[in-house]
Amino acid sequence: MSKIHVNSTINGDTVEFLCEADETLLDVLRDRLNLTGAKEGCGTGDCGACSVTINGRLVASCLVLGAEAEGSEIETVEGIGAPDALHPLQRQLLEHAALQCGICTPGIIVAAKALLVQNPDPSEEDVRYWLAGNLCRCTGYDKIIRAVLAAAAEMRGENP
Amino acid sequence: MKQDFKILGTRPIRPDGLEKVTGKAMFGADKSATGMLHARILRSPHAHAEIVSIDTSKAEALAGVKAVITGADFDEVENRWTRYTMQNCMAQGRALYDGHAVAAVAATSKKIAAEALKLIEVEYKTLPHVTDVDEAMRPGAPLVHEGVKGRKLGDDVSGNTVGYYSFGHGDIEAGFTKADKVIERNFKTAATHQGYIEPQACLADLGADGRGELWCSTQGHYMVREVCSEILGIDASQLRVTASEIGGGFGGKTTVFIEPVALKLSQKSGKPVKLVMSREEVFRATGPTMSASMDVKIGMDKNGKITAGHAKLRYQGGAFPYNMVMMGAMSAFACYDLENVQSEGWDVMTNRPKMISYRAPGAPMATYGVESVIDELCQKLGLDPIEVRLKNAAREGSKSSYGPTYKAIGLVEALEAAKAHPHYAAPLPANTGRGVACGFWFNFGGQVSVSMAINTDGTVNLIEGNPDIGGSRASISMMAAEALGIPFERVRTIVGDTASVGFSDVTDGSRVTFAVGIATINAAKAAIKELCKRAAMIWEIDAEAVEWVDGAAQPTGHNAGNFPPMSLAEIAATSGKTGGPIAGHHEGAPDKAGVSFGVHLVDVEVDPETGFTSIKRYTAFQDVGKAIHPAYVEGQIQGGAVQGIGWALSEEYIYGEDGRLQNPGFLDYRIPVASDLPMIDAVIIEVPNPGHPYGVRGCGETAIVPPLAAISNGVAQAIGKRLFELPMSPPKILKAL
Amino acid sequence: MARVVIFGSLRAFTDGVERMEISASNTRELLKKLSERHPALAEVIEAGVSLAIDGEVYKDAWFTPIGSNSEVVVMPLMVGG
Ligand code: FES
Ligand code: FES
Repeated sequence: MSKIHVNSTINGDTVEFLCEADETLLDVLRDRLNLTGAKEGCGTGDCGACSVTINGRLVASCLVLGAEAEGSEIETVEGIGAPDALHPLQRQLLEHAALQCGICTPGIIVAAKALLVQNPDPSEEDVRYWLAGNLCRCTGYDKIIRAVLAAAAEMRGENP
Repeated sequence: MKQDFKILGTRPIRPDGLEKVTGKAMFGADKSATGMLHARILRSPHAHAEIVSIDTSKAEALAGVKAVITGADFDEVENRWTRYTMQNCMAQGRALYDGHAVAAVAATSKKIAAEALKLIEVEYKTLPHVTDVDEAMRPGAPLVHEGVKGRKLGDDVSGNTVGYYSFGHGDIEAGFTKADKVIERNFKTAATHQGYIEPQACLADLGADGRGELWCSTQGHYMVREVCSEILGIDASQLRVTASEIGGGFGGKTTVFIEPVALKLSQKSGKPVKLVMSREEVFRATGPTMSASMDVKIGMDKNGKITAGHAKLRYQGGAFPYNMVMMGAMSAFACYDLENVQSEGWDVMTNRPKMISYRAPGAPMATYGVESVIDELCQKLGLDPIEVRLKNAAREGSKSSYGPTYKAIGLVEALEAAKAHPHYAAPLPANTGRGVACGFWFNFGGQVSVSMAINTDGTVNLIEGNPDIGGSRASISMMAAEALGIPFERVRTIVGDTASVGFSDVTDGSRVTFAVGIATINAAKAAIKELCKRAAMIWEIDAEAVEWVDGAAQPTGHNAGNFPPMSLAEIAATSGKTGGPIAGHHEGAPDKAGVSFGVHLVDVEVDPETGFTSIKRYTAFQDVGKAIHPAYVEGQIQGGAVQGIGWALSEEYIYGEDGRLQNPGFLDYRIPVASDLPMIDAVIIEVPNPGHPYGVRGCGETAIVPPLAAISNGVAQAIGKRLFELPMSPPKILKAL
Repeated sequence: MARVVIFGSLRAFTDGVERMEISASNTRELLKKLSERHPALAEVIEAGVSLAIDGEVYKDAWFTPIGSNSEVVVMPLMVGG
């Protein structure tokens, strides 16, 4: 079967790849581009571990086709934070001990970042509803919610 | 016991944190190898069927398919328990549950592997099946296996009953006659899944020479090595197993499901093979916990003293013999100091996936029954539930219902903390109830190996053999730093592969911080001894005249001379000239892990229109002995409580008449999400464990034990009716209303 | 002499005998003598039991010392989670 040729921008870099017509973006990222930060927890859109953004829109990459990335800007966890300066979300998650196993963490970071772009001053309830699609089995969410709120405050320039 | 700590009790950033927030950490499915094949497993659609024949020829003929295997590819395994494990990975002769593996394929792409599965022709002859515990135990039930009935069991139970346990003391009948009120209830709980977000995954490479490399997500890579080498008939030394970062386990990764299959496919194809389970496979074919049917009878006098308790637990553990009801029977009444108590348990097989441990295995359901009946007695007798528990609470010197007499324990402290907490006195709005329940877990020690190297720049490397499932590299580095008297940042702990450090038991039973901690402290002691010896050599004094204080050697006693302290870094710097590298190691099997108790307080609100229960406030109190890294201890308590909330309200394995699992996905098997929950307040109680130099008990499991009953007790108060079955899903609540 | 208590369902293998005295300096010796006295228990001990010695629970290590006045509770083997 002939493959589809796709041009896209991933984490700021121009990327070209070939994929099958029915191949998910998650498989392309993980298997073809070696970007294994996005995880597959379910493959059916229920866990959020595969969260990425396409042109700023938060998606479950297991439900998106690789071919749909044509002409799009994609951001994954690998594109968040600089080598010498973590994104406030990343730092606050660490400081709050908001990860245990860490498998949900990339998805949480991508999703929470998308929230803070839309809503820099979310309430606890806003964060809980926004992250309702990101399953975490380890933490009970408590420390994750606190970390996201702390990162939001930090990004607004408020002192904790 | 050491009491003043420099590092323990602080909250440093975990050493593996950066990798995990940047997406670099390598989990089970994240590793690839050149020339690697992708594997898929074909699974039985039947609850119970004879496998008449399997024709793999068409699949083998498909371009890109490199190996196909079935149960026939595995040799007979002598050890009975290993054989069950193997036959759970790949059926031989009969498929025993919906989802049981019957064949596997390795191909050059995922897509081809999936295509090939469709070309495998399996002829089944369906057999009668049973999935309910009470039915399975009844004489005449379809048998899952012949000839494995538990010894000394009578004709009143079927051959699916593989074990019977009983614990207790005193005379329960006499105890019941002394009671002012006796309540007996029957309870049922559904099977629930550990629900780790990372499905099982591995990358196997096994050559014709019997040398192999295996990368996998597991709670115990030594266990994987032993089981796989036995199944494949290769030497343990030749199979090197590396534990990936693990994306949750909760007991569910304490056995193998796919590793022997991937190794066999690799052996057959001569290529590395990657095998990753889908979520559906995780639900259908990895181990959930047991479902339960229980009778609990408790007598209480009008002052709240429990005069007798009796629990009968019937657990369903799936398609192979197992023994886990025992832990339920042991823990059922473990919170209380009772004169007359008996708990009995039956392990029963059914046509369901073989159970595997899930956080405090066996305890949550038994505790649910006992704590519910105690709550009902408190209501009927008009007594305060915390006062009653305090009156009956086990304390130091109490003879436990499962045998031993307790050393220092912290249940009374946890209950007192709950009683004094503002949560307990806060007003309750309409449709809301407040539930309280206690819980207990044993905690374990077990085999452990640690190797510590002192580097010439004054830093320290530590290798241990237990996968880090929730921040243990941080807590182990902290204990090493504390013991050596150096800063936390100077220590780096890694989880070694099976070829790099001695055997270590599976990461389970909340044993890692305790057991690896003891081994780390002992390894540090050995290194300190050598460090002192080197300092003595440099000072030209007796080694006995040197002691280790705050990370430095210093002379002690009046004859030792007057030298300024020599730091670890200084001694290490010249180690090449004073006798070579300095290291310490320890191998052992520490016991005395120290039991741990928890008390949970929860406010629930029940919507009378929808029957939906929401958690309004949650406070969990737990004695952990000593919290090494309090933030991760809180995290364990919060995570355990929320798993318990799921068990109480929404999670369940649902089987149809056809014996097939109806909800193998996160959409229909609903685990708690962020919007379902409030903050979970974790209150750490520290009653030091006399069996550990720093007072550590385990902390990971106790927190899943109380929530089932606490929430049920809250619901009973909120709606004025009690449910006796979990989960308390909205339809069940509406029915009760 | 250590006071030995056979706990719960294990009593099915000692013909109901619950308490006995055994002189043994460590766990291996105790379990060996116990197996001799109650052959039905031997297979269970072989498969593994847990012991509580003066309130501390031990898995089936052989050389855990037993004091002359100790209480030893013999229980089914506890497994992890
Ligand atoms: S893997 Fe995409 S939502 Fe779970
Ligand atoms: S930290 Fe393990 S799933 Fe979230």
